[in-house]
Amino acid sequence: MSILVVAEHDNQTVKLPTRVVVAAAQQIGGDIHLLVAGEACSAAAEAAASIDGVSKVLVADDAVYGHALAENLAELIVELASDYSHIMTATTTSGKNFMPRVAALLDVAQISDIMSVESPDTFQRPIYAGNAIATVQSDDAVKVLTVRGTAFDPVAEEGGTADVESIDLVKDAAVSSWLREDVVELERPELTAASIIISGGRGMQNGENFALLESVADKLGAAIGASRAAVDAGFVANDMQVGQTGKIVAPDLYIAVGISGAIQHLAGMKDSKVIVAINKDEDAPIFQVADYGLVADLFDAVPELDSLL
Amino acid sequence: MKILVTAKRVVDYNVSIRVLNDQTGVDLNNVKMSVNPFDEIAIEEAVRLKEAGKAEEVIVLSVGAGNCQEQIRTALALGADRGILVETDEDMQPLGIAKVMKAIVDKEQPKLIITGKQAIDGDNSQTGQMLAALAGISQATFASEIDLDDDFATVTREVDGGLETIKVDLPAVVTTDLRLNEPRYASLPNIMKAKKKQVDVYTPSELEVDVTPRVRTLKVEPPAERKAGIKVESVEELVDKLRNEAKVIS
Repeated sequence: MSILVVAEHDNQTVKLPTRVVVAAAQQIGGDIHLLVAGEACSAAAEAAASIDGVSKVLVADDAVYGHALAENLAELIVELASDYSHIMTATTTSGKNFMPRVAALLDVAQISDIMSVESPDTFQRPIYAGNAIATVQSDDAVKVLTVRGTAFDPVAEEGGTADVESIDLVKDAAVSSWLREDVVELERPELTAASIIISGGRGMQNGENFALLESVADKLGAAIGASRAAVDAGFVANDMQVGQTGKIVAPDLYIAVGISGAIQHLAGMKDSKVIVAINKDEDAPIFQVADYGLVADLFDAVPELDSLL
Repeated sequence: MKILVTAKRVVDYNVSIRVLNDQTGVDLNNVKMSVNPFDEIAIEEAVRLKEAGKAEEVIVLSVGAGNCQEQIRTALALGADRGILVETDEDMQPLGIAKVMKAIVDKEQPKLIITGKQAIDGDNSQTGQMLAALAGISQATFASEIDLDDDFATVTREVDGGLETIKVDLPAVVTTDLRLNEPRYASLPNIMKAKKKQVDVYTPSELEVDVTPRVRTLKVEPPAERKAGIKVESVEELVDKLRNEAKVIS
C-alpha cells in the first residue's frame, strides 16, 4: 500500500501543513510519496526529500503547475492515482481547491478535513462547525482525503533521505489562467504557524485599537487574529479571522481579548493548548473554554499586560 | 446568459445543534431550516449580475426531500426567476449532488454556475469543484469578487495569506466566500410573487444519475468538552500563571 501526499509549497520550501499530512499518512501506514508540482520547484523538492517519513518525492516541474491551478493539478494527480491506495493533502485553500476535482475525476468520494485515523478506511471529521464529530467509512478503492492542520503533530522537517524522481507529465487544461496575487505582508508569524496568538473581537471597538494588541504581540512573538465580529465590523482584514469560516488554529497560547466566544469562533481555536480570555462581561461564553479568565476592561488590562511582559 | 445557483436546505446557522443520543446524527426535528448562508451569497450575486444586465435568467436548484421547495421559494423571493428541485430521500453526498448538478447543467446550459463554498452542515467544501470536474469546465473557488465578461470571468479568490485573481473561461463554476456580497432580505411583495414562479421537479433516476452514497457514517458524537479553568483576579496574577504554571511565556 502506498500513499500519495500532495505537497503545498512556494517552489522554495514545503509548508508546515504538508508535514501534518505526512504524520496522518504514517498512521494509515505504507510507503509515503510526496508530489511536488510547481514551476522551478527544485528547492522545494529537495526540502521535501529531507522530510521525515517520506520514501519518494515526485517532481512535476513546469509552468502549467506554477500557480497550482486546480484544473491542471487535478489532471496530473489523476494520472498518478492508480499506484496509490490513498491520496492526501492539507485542508488549506489550495488543497480544498484541487482535491475534490481529483475525487470527482476518479469517481470516488472525498473525505474532507480528517482529524483522526481510525483505520485505513475509517476516519473522524468535524461537521456542523465542529459541533459534532462524525466517524465515517469509505468503500471506494482510492481514499481521497484532506487533513485538518491542527489534528496531528507534524513530522520533522529533517531526517528523511527520499529519492527524488522527475515526472514528465504536462497537463494543461487551458481553461483558466493566473493573473496576480495580493499577499498580505506580515511582520509577524502567520496565524496557522504561530505558537502564540493574541486575537481581538468586537470589544476592541475599532481598528486603531488593535495597536494595543500589536505591542503585546511584538513582545511575545505572537501572531494577531480576530473574531468574525471584528472582521465583519470592518476593524481588520478578513485574513486575520480565526474561526470555522476563517482560520483553524491550535497554538500553545491563545489570548482572546474582547471576544465573547461565539460557537463559530470557538470552533477555530478550542484546540489551543492554553486559552486566556480577557473580557469585561463575566458571562461571556469564552470563559467556559478559557484556562485563565480575567474579567476586566480590556483597555485597562491589555496595557497593563504589555507593561508586565 | 443563464446563471445556475443552488439553495441547499440546512439547519439555520443560529440554531445550536444537538447530537442524537443513538449517535446516528444530529436532531433535525422541529429545528429551523434555512438556505445555506454561502448559497444565499451565490443567489445574491446572480441576482445582482442580472440586475446589472449581464445575465438574462437566474435558475435556482435544490437537491433533496420535497421540503427543499421552501428553500427554492426563498431564492425565488430573493430574485431568482425559476426553480428546479431534484427530489430524493437518499442521503445526498457531495459526489452525488455534483452528478445531479451536472445533469441539470447539460439540460440548461448555463454559462455560469455559482454555489456556496461549503454548506454549513457537512462542511465538506467539495460540490462546486466536483461539478466543474465532471462537466470538464474551469472553477474559481472562494470568490470575493466576480467580474463577468461574455466569454470569461475575472475572479478574486480568498486564499491563505491574501487574495489571488484568476481568469476562467466560461462556462465556469464559482464558489462564494463571505465577502462577495451581503445578501438582501426578501420583501413581502416578492415573497408573494415567488409563489407564482415555475418550479420543475425531477428525480435522480429521471436524470439517469446514480446517487448511491459512497461514505457511511458510523456514528456522530458531540465534541470533547473543554473544561473551564480558573478566573484570575489581576493582570499580575495572569502573567504569573502563564509564566510559572502553564509555562507558555518566558
